[in-house]
Amino acid sequence: MEARILNEFRAIVGESGLITEAEQLSTYDCDGLTMFRVLPLAVLLPTSTAQVQAIVRVCHREKIPFVARGSGTGLSGGALPVAQGIVISLTRMNRILEVDLPNQRVVVEPGVINLNVTARVAPDGYFYAPDPSSQLVCSIGGNVAENSGGAHCLKYGFTTTHVLGMEVVLPDGSLVHLGGLTVDRPGYDLSGVFVGSEGTLGITTKVILRIVKKPEVIKVLLAAFNSTNEAGAAVSGIIAAGMLPAAIEMMDNLAIQAAEAAVQANYPNCGGLLLVELDGPAPEVETLMEEVDDVCTKCGAWEIHVAQSDAERARVWTGRKAAFAAVGRLAPAYIVQDGVIPRTALPQVMSEIVRLSSEVGLRVANVFHAGDGNLHPLVLYDNSVPGQDKLAEKLAGDILRLCIKAGGSITGEHGVGEEKKMFMSEMYAEPDLDTMQLVRCAFDPENLSNPDKVFPRPRLCGEKPGVYEPHPLEIAGLAQRF
Amino acid sequence: MPAASGVMTEVSWPELAQIVGKEYLRAATAADAIDGVEVQRVAEPGAPEELAHALRWAQAAGLKAAPRGGGTKLGWGNPPAACDLVLSTARLNRVLEYAWADMTVIVEAGCRVADLQKTLAEHGQRLAVDPLWPEQATIGGILSTNDSGTLRARYGSLRDLVIGITVALPDGTLAKSGGKVVKNVAGYDLSKLFTGALGTLGVIVQAIFRLHPLPRQSRSLSFSGKPESLNQLLLAIQASKLTFTGLQLRAAQGNTHLDARFDGTAPGIEAQVKQVQQIAGSVAVSEAPANVWTTHQAIWDGATPALLTKFSVLPTQFAAVCALAERSARAQSLAWKIVVQNVGAGYARFEGNEQGLRTALLTLREEIAKLGGTLVALDCPVAVKRGLDVWGAPSDAQPLMVRVKQRFDPDGTLNPGRFVGGI
Repeated sequence: MEARILNEFRAIVGESGLITEAEQLSTYDCDGLTMFRVLPLAVLLPTSTAQVQAIVRVCHREKIPFVARGSGTGLSGGALPVAQGIVISLTRMNRILEVDLPNQRVVVEPGVINLNVTARVAPDGYFYAPDPSSQLVCSIGGNVAENSGGAHCLKYGFTTTHVLGMEVVLPDGSLVHLGGLTVDRPGYDLSGVFVGSEGTLGITTKVILRIVKKPEVIKVLLAAFNSTNEAGAAVSGIIAAGMLPAAIEMMDNLAIQAAEAAVQANYPNCGGLLLVELDGPAPEVETLMEEVDDVCTKCGAWEIHVAQSDAERARVWTGRKAAFAAVGRLAPAYIVQDGVIPRTALPQVMSEIVRLSSEVGLRVANVFHAGDGNLHPLVLYDNSVPGQDKLAEKLAGDILRLCIKAGGSITGEHGVGEEKKMFMSEMYAEPDLDTMQLVRCAFDPENLSNPDKVFPRPRLCGEKPGVYEPHPLEIAGLAQRF
Repeated sequence: MPAASGVMTEVSWPELAQIVGKEYLRAATAADAIDGVEVQRVAEPGAPEELAHALRWAQAAGLKAAPRGGGTKLGWGNPPAACDLVLSTARLNRVLEYAWADMTVIVEAGCRVADLQKTLAEHGQRLAVDPLWPEQATIGGILSTNDSGTLRARYGSLRDLVIGITVALPDGTLAKSGGKVVKNVAGYDLSKLFTGALGTLGVIVQAIFRLHPLPRQSRSLSFSGKPESLNQLLLAIQASKLTFTGLQLRAAQGNTHLDARFDGTAPGIEAQVKQVQQIAGSVAVSEAPANVWTTHQAIWDGATPALLTKFSVLPTQFAAVCALAERSARAQSLAWKIVVQNVGAGYARFEGNEQGLRTALLTLREEIAKLGGTLVALDCPVAVKRGLDVWGAPSDAQPLMVRVKQRFDPDGTLNPGRFVGGI
């Protein structure tokens, strides 16, 4: 990178906010998906919106692509740097700016850690609902980019449900406010479009979050079945009975073994384990828990246990949330997949996964947000065996194709990023992708913000200026078009 | 407006008749006018492809088009700069796929809300929204106007329930985003972009929703008192561990109520009713009247001329809004009424004379803007909204919104001038 540009960057963020040494840059060469690595030209660590704006203005002027990065825990390579570009790390913008309990709003900078929002409001009985398994370390800015979910989004919704508004630095360096403290602000719901756009539309520098009151009672039931199919039937039974649990999670035997080995969650050793969490008023939870128990028994559960204390409930969840990492104990390497299927397609998709996995001779552990159909198959392999990584990659891809075929999605919460962009054209038709590009072209006509992610191939944004009727305000000289 | 009248004589309507079928293209009547702007033709395409084709034809012919569902909210927005053609979704009214075990439904845009709910009720489910005039309003219409009701307290608004969408763009493209699974982050969420876009970017032809179970039982209480004390009670209920599915403040001159609804199992409801009464202390309480949860619809009826506005503020500001509404109304000798949901969105109605309504609108809008909120004039005589933007002052995101509009609808074919800042 030219010295004059580096000097300009240095003037914006100071010596301590600019990284250019190769060994330091390598810290940023990948995110949670380590199979892709690219060294950026520089990493900048701004501490304010004004600094982010100044950096982006330079990038825009010099046509330097930039990639925003939070904690780097993403699992689809969304924060993978661009070779001729820079990384803008938001970790130093980590202040909680405003807490308004009566209105249940919290305003944060993008580098704030997800769990810190809950920690801040927990003494007053509130929590921030989206709870990705990485919530101890992942940032709100990253959650916004990925529209992160978590086990409890079945009932409470995703990041998009809990983001009311944002301050955003657009790829040309201008600053806009999308949404706001109040709901239904006039105009397009660009906040809703920005959430989940994986850093391709700009950089958020401030986020207005909604917090939720903690329920009166939370109960978790563990039910052991002989198979995931039986457990799946129980899930359908629970839903058919008109219940909306806070979470329904399923693990297969391999995932259970891994979790047990890692955190001794005290799970029964079974073919399909179901975790059902209900929350709400005590008498309500009690009544419904009996019904859940009934449904599970009818579907073949041979052991049912309700966690008796908060500590026990926490242990149950630790096992589930540790499951990805725990699989590392069963194999030297693994790929985490993130497909979604209509819940009722579970038996058929599971048996297909078993077939595919035995065909290639690789084991697949399954962790499943069963309530909303989000499947996390973990493809286990040995990276010291030549070619096995490719086999694993192919198997993981074939599992995604199963999800598409079942009417589902290639990603429920990890994002498309770098990893899955080639699958986008299998899930969507060309006109669908072209239409999404219209949005990107409105935000980032020069393709500078996290370029070449999400979509299978880069597109040019040919300028097509529109023809407009003058607005009454314009005629009256009270407003002008920009 | 000049653009429309210039092309009218050269329009080859038989071409459009070929696209949608002769019997589904008719001359417009006075009843089809939008805010006094006369329309030439009304087309009722019978398939998404036909609608997209008709739209492409309109764009090529330089015509201006307005999508229409049940026609219940056609007066919302600024008067159109021009409108030659109404594209009705009346024939796109089927429920295409109801996967009750997955709790999702794929439905065409012209399906009436009540018809959809009837289908879903067969499996004890519902689309958890209670918009205005469900017997007439269509899915496409409630999405385009972002119309939600009292259930929002618990289930969120339409943007939280729509999981997929198919739209026809002015260039004839049929595009979909999202899908039929509840959890899906592949690609941009165009469902949210089109929700509340007032048909200015494209025409919604199909939508996919996540569903919720119908409540097993339900009970509602109404509290009476002064706006300040009921606002405090509302905040206290919000800050409690109660799981209400509706919480609204109703106010008019000297007459204010707070309604709370609890759904669930009998023991759950009983416990919550007891708890809410404890929180309320000495505030007067009674069982809520049966029609209390359609107040947001009833407020549209009454003496004319009237101004119906939608406002949005923070929950702590409800009593302040009541005071502001009363002050604006008194200054202009108007009658006023408000119903606001706990999330902060509400309707305010004023009745009186046109000049007074206009003054009240401008004053109240300014006062609410000072509180950080917004106020939009939804329904009023054209004279009241003439020459002003019903949406209020544009935000700093307006240039970006204009760019979005230009990308989707470069020729300004759809609903020109009706949206924010003249989009």
